[in-house]
Formats: sequence, C-alpha cells, structure tokens
Amino acid sequence: MEYLEFEKPLEDLVLKMEKAVELSKEGDVDVSATIKDLEKKIEKCRKEIYTNLSPWQRVQLSRHPSRPYTLDYIHAITKGDFVELHGDRGVKDDKAMVGGWGTIEEKSVMFIGQQKGRNTKQRQKRNFGMSNPEGYRKALRLMRMAEKFGKPIICLIDTPGAFPGLEAEERGQGEAIARNIIEMLQIKVPIICIIIGEGASGGALGIGVGDKVLMLENTWYSVISPENCSTILWRSWDYKEQAADALKLTPTDMLKNKLVDGIIKEPVGGAHSFPEKMFRILKKELINQLTELEKLETKKLVNKRMDKFSAMGVVKE
Amino acid sequence: MGWFKRIKEGITTSTNEKKETPEGLWYKCPKCKTIITSKEHKQHLFVCENCNYHHRIHAKEYFKILFDKNEFIELDAKMVAKDPLGFKDSKKYTDRLKQNQKNTGLKDALTSAYGKMNGENVVIACFNFNFIGGSMGSVVGEKIARAIDFAKENKSPIIIISKSGGARMMEAAFSLMQLAKTSAKLAQLSNKKLPYISLLTDPTFGGATASFSMLGDMNIAEPNALIGFAGPRVVKETIGKDLPEGFQTSEFLLEHGFLDLIVERKNLKTKLSQILRIIKT
Ligand SMILES: [Zn+2]
Repeated sequence: MEYLEFEKPLEDLVLKMEKAVELSKEGDVDVSATIKDLEKKIEKCRKEIYTNLSPWQRVQLSRHPSRPYTLDYIHAITKGDFVELHGDRGVKDDKAMVGGWGTIEEKSVMFIGQQKGRNTKQRQKRNFGMSNPEGYRKALRLMRMAEKFGKPIICLIDTPGAFPGLEAEERGQGEAIARNIIEMLQIKVPIICIIIGEGASGGALGIGVGDKVLMLENTWYSVISPENCSTILWRSWDYKEQAADALKLTPTDMLKNKLVDGIIKEPVGGAHSFPEKMFRILKKELINQLTELEKLETKKLVNKRMDKFSAMGVVKE
Repeated sequence: MGWFKRIKEGITTSTNEKKETPEGLWYKCPKCKTIITSKEHKQHLFVCENCNYHHRIHAKEYFKILFDKNEFIELDAKMVAKDPLGFKDSKKYTDRLKQNQKNTGLKDALTSAYGKMNGENVVIACFNFNFIGGSMGSVVGEKIARAIDFAKENKSPIIIISKSGGARMMEAAFSLMQLAKTSAKLAQLSNKKLPYISLLTDPTFGGATASFSMLGDMNIAEPNALIGFAGPRVVKETIGKDLPEGFQTSEFLLEHGFLDLIVERKNLKTKLSQILRIIKT
C-alpha cells in the first residue's frame, strides 16, 4: 500500500499496528490491549484526514496508485460476467479505452471506460488512460450497439485527458470527441456516467454525456488539470493548489453548480483503502439509477438529457 | 413573416467603422514582409496579395464580407459574462473581462447576427479572437445556442465562423459543458434538416474543435489556418521532436479527411451562397 504525504500519520499508525500483530503472533507478550487502542487511533486518524480534504488532496486521491480502475470495477460489479470487446473497425484497438457486455444482477449493460495501468509496462500499454481518436470511436461503436439491442450504457471516466499526440491529431481527436458528444446526446437508451478518478476536459466529456453524471467523492472534473491551469494562468507549475481551489473541480462544487447530478460517497479512507466496499456501493447505486431511468419513455429520456446540458452556463443580460 | 421585422436588439450596421483593424497607415505581411498601405490591405479583405497570407479578422469584418451591403441585425447584443466561480489567478476574471471589453469594444468573444447573403436569409455566429483569445465561456456557448435556435425557428441555414483558442479556463467546467450545450442545439437543428456550415479560421483549437467546429454538415476552412485539438506546443512536447511541415494546417486537415474544402476569403461569399443554393434547390 502506498501512502500520500497527507496520509503519513495514518501510515505510522498502520506500521505500528503491523508490528503489534507480529508480536502477538509470536505469543510471548499480550498485546491485545495495544492492538485495540491502535485500531481506535487508526479509525480516528482516518476520519480526521478524510473529512477535511482540500481540493488538491482530492485531486491527489483521484490519482492514488492503489485506486481501483475501470476494469476492477467492471469485474467486481459483474462478478466476472463480462465480455470485453475490441477495436474501432477503422484503425486499431485503443487499450486506453475499454468496453464490453456485462450483467449487473441479471441486468444486461454495455460498459465503457478509460483504463489506466498499475505498473510501468501496464501504464504504457494503457497510455496512462489517455485515449486516441480510435478509443472514442470504439466507445461510440459500442454505444450504438447497446442502443441497437436496447441495453443501457455505463461509462466509467478516469482520464488525465485525450492524448495530445501527432497521430491523434492526424486522425481527428477533436472530431472524434465532438462526434461522441453529439451522438451521446441522442442515443435512445439510458446512459450513466461515473467519474471514478480523473475527469479531465474533453477527454472525459467524450464519454461523459449521460442522463446521470455522478462523481465518486474523491475525484475531480474540470476543463483542465490544476497543474496545466497553473502553468498557463500563473506561468508556473507551483500554483497547482491555488488552481485546484479556483477551478471548483470537486464533486461538491460541481454539484452545487449543477454541472453533475450527484455524488457517490466513498468509504472513509477512500476507494483505495476499501475497494470491496466501494464496489458494493457503486453497484447498489448503479442498480438504483438503472431502475429509475428504465421507467422513462425513450423520447422523454433523450429530451431530458438534451435539456439538461442545454441549460448549463451562467450569463447576464 | 418578414425576416427583418423580427428586430430584437436594434440595427447595428455599417456606421461603426472608425476603428481600422491593422493599426497605422502601413501593413507589413508577417509571412513575406511585403509592405502595403492599410487601405489596400483592407480592400484585399486583409489578405496579402503577394503570398496569400490570411490576416486574422473578427466578426465585424466577416459580417462586412458576407452580409449584403453590410446590413444585419445582431442577436443577443447585450449578453455579458458572469463570474460564476469567483475566479482569480494573477488577475480577477471580472477585471480581465472589463479590460477586454474596454480594449475591443466588444461584450464577449462571439458576435451573432442574421441578415441576407446574396439575397438569402442566413444566421452567422462569428468568434472575436481579440477577446480573451476567442475563448469559449458561457456567453459564447449561450450565444451559439440561441443563434442555432433562431435559425431553427426561422428555417434558416447557419454559419459558425470559428477562431478560438479553446476553453475559457476562468469558467472551468462551465466552459467545458458548452461543448455539450452547443452540440445539443446542433442535433436539434439537424433534425429539422437545416444546413449548418462550419467555417474554421486561424486558429481553431480545443473545445471548439471538440464540438461545433467539427460538426458542420460541411466543414470549410480558410487557407493555411491552424486547426487542431491539442495545440502544436503541447503536441511537440508530447512527441519530443519537431513537428512536420504543415502540421495542423487547413491543407493537412483536408488531406486527412476532416474538411470538405478550403476556400479563399475573397471567394467565401460566393462559395457559401452556391452551396446553400444547391442544397435548397
Ligand atoms: Zn505576404
């Protein structure tokens, strides 16, 4: 388990705990009282850290190396009843964008999401969760197929952005995202989008147009990352914390500004500390949302989706 | 119903022409360094006669080129930005807005209007790159949305002239959601079978490219305009080497299949009218 800087007090306690457990195994001394005491301390410490997170700390948590990724959620939620599908039928299979058929408690759905890697090799394979145009086109192909068979779509968003590479430009990164946005607005089946980690700009919105757009508690969603915002507006990398504040990118702010539809609570300590708990929470939420959305008649569903996004923005006349 | 009877915001026609675009009496082409008088340059629609360099111009100039007799009625002329996030970097967003309004005489980075082009009704929404880099915030999104609504209600085609650096960071996620908003309106327009021409001019990047700019029934560009999703500096940093000659130019995009055609500024009005006439016939 890796710990972030602000998690240090927690790490110290956990290390102490591990030692105590070891001692108790040796059986020479009775440490049960110490263990109990440590358990309480750990819980208290966790609460303290996780109830007062700054926007920048949430950004850091959204990128926590132990945080569950798209395929972790899919495998857990479907209990393995998942068939991954590949390719955009034009150029190649983009490994930064995954998708396929799966079931949630007998309900069939199409899963789509950006995929990050856990070690150096995997990270490269997954291109750090940054899709090329073919990733967005694969996603659209799968969404159209879901529409054809009348199955709802679940998009799990976790990307530092669409890939800004040479081939991405040659193959129309902008067009691919634009096409997804306009098609997703009109697709005739329910779409649920969940920000499970990073929601960076057009790269996120390219699979982010849904009837319900929900954010996990320790995630961010905005037009630019705090680091890049700092570089552009403050002309230095050093203002990322101020930028994170200014961008109002936390779930709470995004909900307050009516740019997302809800927040999904994470276990105290974050999704990375208790992934199994997180999977159960998300699964329950998805079942509830799917049940609600299925009640809506198709035309109403699509109009409501369009009206929701059409109403976003604040102007003065 | 008479097209010109629907006056909403009062007529803004050719009177306001005191401010010439390139300052001073002489114009030096940044590409080939040819020097001509500003008057001549203006007569050539701000295009260098020697090397065909298309100088950046804004809504005022495009309206003059496209609308008959420079007659048009501006839509939503009073709309201005709010500061929904209370954004402040080295400067307050509200101060930045005020300064840009003062320097440009504009309210925000987009002007929309309707009028006649070669006798046919048309709605045109055009970016002003001189206003915070033609960045797209709520005002730009809302004005595009309403211009599309106006075209839909009046069964008119619409032309959106893009010239944008992308998102307006000071409106953060509000800016991002304008991509979805404008696209929703375009989807509704498309359902009514009304033509939308996207005219991409130098430069068009980021959020514009990732939404309405690339969603035209026809995507048209001026010659040698830079168009892309990621800016060239970012792409260069990503790949760690120099970019190939002509990367992200109109010609590059045409070759890769993302544009229908490239039209020189002097032919714009004729070509756009021709396309709309053929669709209508
Ligand atoms: Zn020249």
